Amino acid sequence: MVRRGLVSVLSVLILVGMMAISFGRVAAQDATPAASEKPLKVAFVYVGPVGDLGWTWAHDQGRKELEAAFPNVTTVYQESVPENPADAERVIRQFAQDGADLIITTSFGYMDPTINVAKDFPDTKFIHISGYKTAPNVATAFGKIEEPRYVSGELAGLMTKSNQIGYVAAFPIPEVIRGINAFTLGVRKTNPEATVKVVWTNTWYDPQKERAAAEALLDGGADVITQHQDTAGPQQAAEDRGAYGIGYNADMSELAPNAFLTAPIWHWGVYYKQAVQDILDGTWKSTQYWGGWKDGIVDLAPLASFIPEDIRKQIEDEEARFKSGEKDEFTIFSGPLKDQSGEVRVPEGQTMTGDEILGMNWFVEGVQGDIPS
Amino acid sequence: MASVPLLRGYRIERVPAPSRLATALVSLLSLLLALVFGGIVLALAGENPLTVYQTMLRGALGDWNGVAETLVKTTPLLLAGLGVAVAFRMQLWNIGAEGQLYLGAIFATGTALFLIPTAPGWVMVPAMIVAALIGGGLWGFIPGALRAWFGASEIITSLMLNYVAILFSEYLVHGPWRDPQAYGFPGTPTLPDAAWLARWGTTRVHLGLLFGLIAAVTLWVMFRRTRWGYEIGVMGENPRAAHYAGMPTKRTIILVMVLSGALAGLAGMSEVAGIGHQLQRNLSPGYGYTAIIVAWLARLHPFGAVLVAFLLAVLTVGGDQLQMSLGLPAAIAPMLQGTILFFLLGGDLLTRYRLTRVLGVG
Repeated sequence: MVRRGLVSVLSVLILVGMMAISFGRVAAQDATPAASEKPLKVAFVYVGPVGDLGWTWAHDQGRKELEAAFPNVTTVYQESVPENPADAERVIRQFAQDGADLIITTSFGYMDPTINVAKDFPDTKFIHISGYKTAPNVATAFGKIEEPRYVSGELAGLMTKSNQIGYVAAFPIPEVIRGINAFTLGVRKTNPEATVKVVWTNTWYDPQKERAAAEALLDGGADVITQHQDTAGPQQAAEDRGAYGIGYNADMSELAPNAFLTAPIWHWGVYYKQAVQDILDGTWKSTQYWGGWKDGIVDLAPLASFIPEDIRKQIEDEEARFKSGEKDEFTIFSGPLKDQSGEVRVPEGQTMTGDEILGMNWFVEGVQGDIPS
Repeated sequence: MASVPLLRGYRIERVPAPSRLATALVSLLSLLLALVFGGIVLALAGENPLTVYQTMLRGALGDWNGVAETLVKTTPLLLAGLGVAVAFRMQLWNIGAEGQLYLGAIFATGTALFLIPTAPGWVMVPAMIVAALIGGGLWGFIPGALRAWFGASEIITSLMLNYVAILFSEYLVHGPWRDPQAYGFPGTPTLPDAAWLARWGTTRVHLGLLFGLIAAVTLWVMFRRTRWGYEIGVMGENPRAAHYAGMPTKRTIILVMVLSGALAGLAGMSEVAGIGHQLQRNLSPGYGYTAIIVAWLARLHPFGAVLVAFLLAVLTVGGDQLQMSLGLPAAIAPMLQGTILFFLLGGDLLTRYRLTRVLGVG
C-alpha cells in the first residue's frame, strides 16, 4: 500500500512539474515581440499522404506552385489528418494559433471543424474544399471535374469492346454520384450500348481495397476501369489483366503504362495562386468558387500514345470545346436525361441548375448499381 | 503457462509477484530507452532528437490550448480504456470497445434527435448517458452471453461486432438519419443545444473528462472495496476455484461484459455530445483499439488508465507538431509512438517473466 501510494504521488508530481514548465513557457512566449515584415503563411490540412499520386498529391502540387510563384509566401502542411471532429479541429486550430494567414482544408470532413475554428480566429482566412458552409472568413472551392470526366467517358465508350465499363467509387455522396453520371453520359454519347457498373469501396484511400474492387469488376466482364479514388490501385488491376484504365487526380501512366488511357486531373494551383494574390491585394472575399475546364482548374491528363488516331482526334476536338467554353457542366446535364428506371428526370430543352447538379442523388440511365438510402 | 522452451538449456518463467516499485522503475527505464532508440533513428534521419522531443512536449503541454487538446484526446481513451480494463480483469478479452463506443454514440444520438429532442439539458444529458450505457452495454452483452452460455470466444465475437457497429453507423448517417439540409453528404443533423456537454471556458475540454475520472474512482472503489470487485479478480485468475467457492461465474461474465461495453459506450456519447455535436462518419479513429493498449499499459488499474490515456494523448497531440512546425515526414510521429509503446510493453514482459537456466539439460 505504501509503495503504491508512493508511485501515485510520484506520478502526480511529474504531471504537476510538466504543467509548471508549460506555464513558464507561456509567459516566455508572451514576452517575445512580434516580428515585422512577416511573410504570408499558408497552411494546408491534407486527408492523405502527399505521395499518394492522388487527391492530396494534387493539392500539394498547388502548394508547391504557390511557393514558386510568391517569394514572400511560406507554406506548412499536415498530412493524413483524420476526418473525425476531435483531431481535425485540433490541427486546424493549431495552425491558426501558430499564425497562419490562410488555412486551406482539403477534405469534406473538415467542414464543421473549419467553421468552428474560423469563429475564434476572425483575422485568419480559411478555404474549405468541397463543402457548402461559409463564413465571412471562410470561402469554399471546388471544380467542375465532371467536364473532363464526361470526355473521359466518351473515350471509354470508344475504347470498350465488351461494352462494360467498371467504376470504382468511394462514397455515395453527390460529388461522386454526379461524377458517375457525367462519365456515363459521356460513355453513352459515343456508345449507346455500353453500361457502367459501380462498386462502392467506402474509402477514399485504400490501395488494396480499390484494386480488389477493380478486379471484381474485371471478373464481371468489364474491359475499361475508371475510378473516383485516390490511389492507382484500380489502374494497376487493369494493367495486370490487359484491360484499359482511366485514372483520377494525376497522370498515372508510369504505374500502368499499357492500361492507362488518361485521367480527369486537378490544377489546384490555378485557384490557390488567385486566392493568395487577392489576399496580398487586399481584395479577398469569402466566395463559393466553382471553376471549370475553361478556368484551368480541371483538365484531362495527356492521352495515351496507343490510342488510335481517329479516336484521339475525336477526343481532342471535344477537349477543345470544353476549354473554349463552348461546352460546359450544364451542357452535360441538359435534357433529355433519364434515370435508371427509364423515367425522364430532365425533359428535352431543360438544363439542371447548379444546385440540382451539386445535390444530385440519382443515377442516370446506363449506370448499374445502387445508391444506398 | 509454467514454462516455455525457447533456448536450449533455458526457459521463460513467470515472476511470482513483481514489486510495485520494480514495475514502476522498469516502466520509466523503458520510456527512457525508447526515447534513446527513437533519438538514434531521428539522428540517422538528420534531425536533432532533442529539438524533436522538445517540440512534441511543447505542442502537447506548452500552452493552455495544447494542454486542453491533450485532455480532449485523453477523454475517449480513458473511458474506453477503463471499459477494456474491467473485462481484462476477469480475463475476458473484450476487443469490441470500438463497436461498443459506436453503439453508445448511436443510442445517445438517437435519444437526442428523435426520442426527446426538445428536453431541457438536465433531462437530456442524463438520458443520453443512460442511452449510451445501454447501447454500449448491449454490444458487450452479446459476446458476454455467447461466452457464458455457449463458450464462444469473446475475442472473435466482440471483434466481429465492431464491424457490424461501424457499418450500422455508416448506414444511419448515409441513410435514414442523414441531415436533409446537407446536400446529400453523410452525417446527422446537429444535436439540439441541450445535448451539448458543458465545456471548460473557451477550450474544448468537456464534461466527458469528468465522466472518465468519476468512472476511474468508482472502478477503483469497486475493485478494492466490494465483494463483487474481488470476485471478478478471483474468477479471472482461477475460474475453477471460483466455481468451487460458489461464485456465480456465468452471470458475472455477462455483467462484466455489459459494464465493459457500457463504459466504451459512454466514450462514444461523450465524443458526440462533447465534440462533434452530431453522429458522423469517422467518429472514432480507433479509440476502441487504442483502449486495449491503455488498459494493458495501465496494468488494468483504473488510475493507471488515467495516466496512460494522458500519455498517449500527449504523444498524439505532440506528434502533430513534428510536421506542422518542423516539417518532418508525417510517418515520424507514429514511428515514435510505436517505439515508445513497444518498449513499454517489452519492459512489462521483462518484469513479469524471466529467463532461467534449466539444470540437467544440454
